[in-house]
Amino acid sequence: MDMVKVIIDGVQVEVPKDSTILDAARIAGIDIPTLCYLKGINAIGACRICLVEVEGARALQASCVYPVSDGLVVHTNTPVVREARRINLELILSNHDRKCLTCVRNQKCELQDLAERFHIKDIRYEGERIDYARDELSPSIVRDANKCVLCRRCVAVCASQGVSAIGPVERGFRTIVAPAFDMSINDVPCINCGQCIQACPVGAIKEKDDIDKVWLALQNPDLHVVVQTAPAVRVALGEEFGMEMGTRVTGKMAAALRRLGFDKVFDTDFTADLTIMEEGTELLGRIKNGGKLPLITSCSPGWIKFCEQFYPDFLDNLSTCKSPHEMMGALLKSYYAEKNGLDPAKVFVVSIMPCTAKKFEAQRPELSATGFPDVDVVLTTRELARMIKEAGLDFAKLPDEEFDRPLGESTGAGVIFGATGGVMEAALRTVAEIVTGKPMEDIEVKAVRGIEGVKEAEIQLGDMVVRAAVAHGTGNAKALLEKVKSGEKEYHFIEVMACPGGCVTGGGQPIVKAKDRMERDPREVRAAAIYEEDRDMPLRKSHDNPEVKKLYEDYLGEPNSHKAHELLHTHYVARKTY
Amino acid sequence: MPCSSTCSAGTDNKEQFAKLQEVIERYKGTKGSLMPVLQEAQGIFGALTLDVQKYISEALGIPLMDIYGIATFYSQFTLKPKGKYKVSVCMGTACYVRGAKRLQDKLVEVLGIQVGETDEEGRFTLEATRCLGACGLAPVLLINDDVYGRTTPEAVPGIIEKYRKD
Repeated sequence: MDMVKVIIDGVQVEVPKDSTILDAARIAGIDIPTLCYLKGINAIGACRICLVEVEGARALQASCVYPVSDGLVVHTNTPVVREARRINLELILSNHDRKCLTCVRNQKCELQDLAERFHIKDIRYEGERIDYARDELSPSIVRDANKCVLCRRCVAVCASQGVSAIGPVERGFRTIVAPAFDMSINDVPCINCGQCIQACPVGAIKEKDDIDKVWLALQNPDLHVVVQTAPAVRVALGEEFGMEMGTRVTGKMAAALRRLGFDKVFDTDFTADLTIMEEGTELLGRIKNGGKLPLITSCSPGWIKFCEQFYPDFLDNLSTCKSPHEMMGALLKSYYAEKNGLDPAKVFVVSIMPCTAKKFEAQRPELSATGFPDVDVVLTTRELARMIKEAGLDFAKLPDEEFDRPLGESTGAGVIFGATGGVMEAALRTVAEIVTGKPMEDIEVKAVRGIEGVKEAEIQLGDMVVRAAVAHGTGNAKALLEKVKSGEKEYHFIEVMACPGGCVTGGGQPIVKAKDRMERDPREVRAAAIYEEDRDMPLRKSHDNPEVKKLYEDYLGEPNSHKAHELLHTHYVARKTY
Repeated sequence: MPCSSTCSAGTDNKEQFAKLQEVIERYKGTKGSLMPVLQEAQGIFGALTLDVQKYISEALGIPLMDIYGIATFYSQFTLKPKGKYKVSVCMGTACYVRGAKRLQDKLVEVLGIQVGETDEEGRFTLEATRCLGACGLAPVLLINDDVYGRTTPEAVPGIIEKYRKD
């Protein structure tokens, strides 16, 4: 890579030619403060917090958008710079709703961090405020424009998702980030992915908090309250308790859930394995019988809503499989309830998910196989952490415990659902063996791993070649579907996850601040933990899961049986965007 | 028709949407075409309503959100049709000190609408305007192109009555 020499605060550093001053300063060990900047998502120089002095430039420059050049001389810590940054921050604070004590982002707020760093002791300016009503109509996402600092990070990420449900509206003091025509986020093409929450530096966008519903259920002696946890939760929950990114806390999480009072602690990885049996069979069936191809995965409810809104022509391509936690819910209220002599009306199912879209999904009327909703409440990873804190559990000191059986048994194939490419890899591990009658030589399908936006693989299965593609982030999915539509690309099987990185960086996961995102990519760090978890499992192929086999023997018959269809499969509808 | 089956645009006012379609055909594919399309659309419909913006969004493949952001950013665009008569009071310094505010208050009372609003009949829109450069006539009331100089609140009902008749 071409390098250039720049002098920052008197120190010469060599940096890649395409760096900004902000990048170069980080290489020089200088942490320039930022607010509207979000690596890979938003670099617009709007907030004026990252101002620096550039020798020869007329005025102070926003370092996040200023490209370096050879011989550039920059000062990041002069009285003029400090004063300008400070005034800009004070102006942002002047009309901010500063009720930090009751804010969801209290002590996790990038604006608070700046106020602390700049030693803001009093607010010199009191700006005029418009009191905006909170938008709480969506089952997934709550907007509070009074907290908004107009950084546009959410706007940028929503556009990169190919959705553009929110954007800047009006101008001047009346500027607000909102959906069009004063509509609720619930009535626009929002797919509930929650990437806006991940992008927000403050508490202007957050998940709909459903903790109270769960506390109420737990204290109700008539209810049998069962919890399940998605694969991605176990590699991120620890971060909420100060642990390193990528720490695996599977055992502590199970222990914590038991101590919170859940009657049974099951694992969505079990139904991930089950999904592979159902979806793998569906794929082979479609290939053999000339069914609709490519088959596209259906685990990600953000993706499903995206497809229903923007690509209704592809609805028949979607796998009819419910997402794994919905399958679990349906089984809990049928198979499990029958086996244990429980009234399904009194089985209360809670899903701990890395996802805000699952909250919307759980409310879909078609997802109620037994006449009751398959899943009663979805909590995000962040909400679970809040419950654990509220209960006073010292998370780090909890012992490692196991999931309950039988619905807590799983394989490595189930856990990799949490990372982009994981469903594809898990499916190939099983399909390969069904087709060829012998296991794959290397069950780790590296071609579909990693954070490349669209990944492709061709896998030779006996005398058949399966062409597969994986897209994560609905923006990437859109690009891929356009190529399929035009005939430029042909595949048998496509995996789509709505969130960039897949579930490990879902909208319900612990929020990684902009500053930390400059240091490391949570998509890679958490995915690495997922793959470690897989490697440590004694069984790594879904069809080897003994409890899944038993479920088919005892109850479902065989994959895609009539009973399986009744409980584990669903259908989709075209939806209006507005 | 670029409109999807889920969109209701074009079911009424067919002629106007046909005109809009012509405009879009003319600009389609050219970079920076949204602004002129919005301007002409406002000329055709009198306002950039939800249906109009939805139509443009689908036809040009631009998210409705982006169009709405632009439509609310520039003051020349309006989301609701303006009334037949645009009633504006000059709020420049000279008019203001000579009682423009009292004049405006009286108009709010007589027309039954707030500043920036249009009455239900679609007859009057009340607006505040910056200096019109007619300070010698302060305070100035403007109804479309008719200028009323040195107006008093007492004269307002009589002036408005003239525009109620046709």
